[in-house]
Amino acid sequence: MGTMRERALAWLYTRPEARAWALLAPGGFWLIAFFLVPLLVMFAYSLMPRGIYGGVEPGFTLEHYTRFFDPLYLQVLKRTFAWSIACTVICLLLGYPVAYVIARSTRWRTLLLFLVVLPFWTSFLVRTFAMIFLMRDTGLFNSWMMKVGLIQEPLTILYTPFAVMAGLVYGFLPFMILPIYASLEKLDQSLLEAAEVLGARPAARFRQVTLPLSMPGVVAGSLLVFIPALGSFLTSDLLGGAKQVMIGNLVQNQFSSARNWPFGSAASFIVMALVLAAVTWYLRVRDAGVRIVPPK
Amino acid sequence: MTAAPKAQPVVQFAGVSKSFGEVKAVDDISFDIRRGEFFSILGPSGCGKTTTLRLLAGFEAPDEDGGEVRLLGETVNKKRPYERKIAMVFQNYALFPHLTVARNVSFGLEQRKTPKTEIEGRVQRALEMVRLNPEVFSGRMPGQLSGGQRQRVALARALVLEPAILLLDEPLGAIDLKLRKEMQLELKALNQQLGTTFVYVTHDQQEALTMSDRIAVMDTGRVAQLGTPAEIYENPRTAFVARFIGESNFFDGRADRRTGGQWVVARPGGGTFEVPDHPSVSQAQDVRIAVRPEWMDVQKPDSIPPGENALVGIIRDIIYLGETMHVIVTVPGTGDVTVALRNEGQLIKPLLWKRGDTAAVAWLPEDCQILEQE
Repeated sequence: MGTMRERALAWLYTRPEARAWALLAPGGFWLIAFFLVPLLVMFAYSLMPRGIYGGVEPGFTLEHYTRFFDPLYLQVLKRTFAWSIACTVICLLLGYPVAYVIARSTRWRTLLLFLVVLPFWTSFLVRTFAMIFLMRDTGLFNSWMMKVGLIQEPLTILYTPFAVMAGLVYGFLPFMILPIYASLEKLDQSLLEAAEVLGARPAARFRQVTLPLSMPGVVAGSLLVFIPALGSFLTSDLLGGAKQVMIGNLVQNQFSSARNWPFGSAASFIVMALVLAAVTWYLRVRDAGVRIVPPK
Repeated sequence: MTAAPKAQPVVQFAGVSKSFGEVKAVDDISFDIRRGEFFSILGPSGCGKTTTLRLLAGFEAPDEDGGEVRLLGETVNKKRPYERKIAMVFQNYALFPHLTVARNVSFGLEQRKTPKTEIEGRVQRALEMVRLNPEVFSGRMPGQLSGGQRQRVALARALVLEPAILLLDEPLGAIDLKLRKEMQLELKALNQQLGTTFVYVTHDQQEALTMSDRIAVMDTGRVAQLGTPAEIYENPRTAFVARFIGESNFFDGRADRRTGGQWVVARPGGGTFEVPDHPSVSQAQDVRIAVRPEWMDVQKPDSIPPGENALVGIIRDIIYLGETMHVIVTVPGTGDVTVALRNEGQLIKPLLWKRGDTAAVAWLPEDCQILEQE
């Protein structure tokens, strides 16, 4: 007989389920220990009375959930959803053409993809601070526009909804481009040729063939932008100032300065439930529109 | 559809060239395709046949000063595919995976702004034409179809437009032999029934011979020969054509003398064979001939029928192929010569020959195909 290792491998080889478990175990452990357990702890916290110095007291209460339905918080929630949706739409409108060009190019493809992921080389925090330098009253945008005589007085860009939206779109654009690129890249060229020879002009061809067949990328990209946008707090904190609070800032505040962990937890769970509902709705709408049966 | 005079070719290639970088994919080709004919473009991969078809479809444009492609008398060099009156069946079918069979078939009609009331009936008729029951298949997705069914949908999608010209790019390449034979006959029948001109690209010589009215054999971007299947098979112009279409044995020599309407050709290793008179043969000229295996016979060296050419060698192998038996004779100074004999039943009437026998391969002078120098 072989060594221990060989025997273990031989044993695994004959048992597909054992093999699947062996492959799942390391990642699964990680997710259980660092995602599922903390999530359960947070859920428990959200149902317990608030401790005076942070943390929680023993007991059961729904007050944190009911408190969230205060108009003040609902306002923040509404703003967060509106901005996240707007951010997703803008990313889609900006990202789709970029993905399209990258997927169509041959010579420049590698370089362009490299440029898309290049920002990830620098910390998001640093990049967001850099945007402050661009957008503040004495920043590059204002000084250029004043130099060429476009404006006389500096425009207030920083700490406006525009600044937050610019930051969000900038931050999440690659997450829209990459999945759309992936779905366009594997789009069978002969389908486009077939459409053309069947009489489809470029616009019709795009609308009826390219776009529907790239929907999986659009869906994936939209989720990858919408969900993190909904939870973002750094961008609105740095570029939006105190006036442009998003739900992420609210949660962050509850855990840090406000020391109200149960309320922060409850807010998180409410957002999570809403995201789940929104994504389910979105996927259902998507499935009703495009149905591709994979070949047998 | 423009009413073109009947004699006018539907397709004309006039000195067409197409290069990709340094590579000339299509090199100065000229030929006409007649109304209603089944025209095949045949050749090995890389011969330029697909590029030729793509030039016709409009996916490629000829080089500057690269001649003219004409459709129904009109020069279309710069026209996009959607501006040409053609339909096409693709090698991988290229069905739209997100549309039902019915929507795939109606796609072209919708682009052409056909009235809605008319579309449904035409889609049904097109599906029936390719022998797919509309009630069963209309609502299916391409992913739910077998290869043969997809092929039929692709054909219906093209035929529903009632095109003047139908281009087919190796449409039967991916389906199994039996179905392929069936589809070959169906395609031929559709061509005759509809009067549509079919331009068919294939690398399968058998397929081309079966279906075509005429065949253009392509080699390295040029048309090596254009003619009916019989002309191509029985009178190949070059060694390339003889080798690509069917099997051939090749013999070289030099025209030595002329007697009784025949040339006596001296073989380099000694001995002679005779070939019929031919405009391209003259005194002391190198001659290359091809002889089909089925036109040859195996004889005892001492009983060669008078007037036949014969070369003596040793039988190297006998191969059982079902319909025929291949006897391979190694002739000194020439190499292997393949002779195809009809299989009359090895169990009841076995061949008289066996491996290692000394035998002569014999053939009639008129069965020599005199080849042009390449």
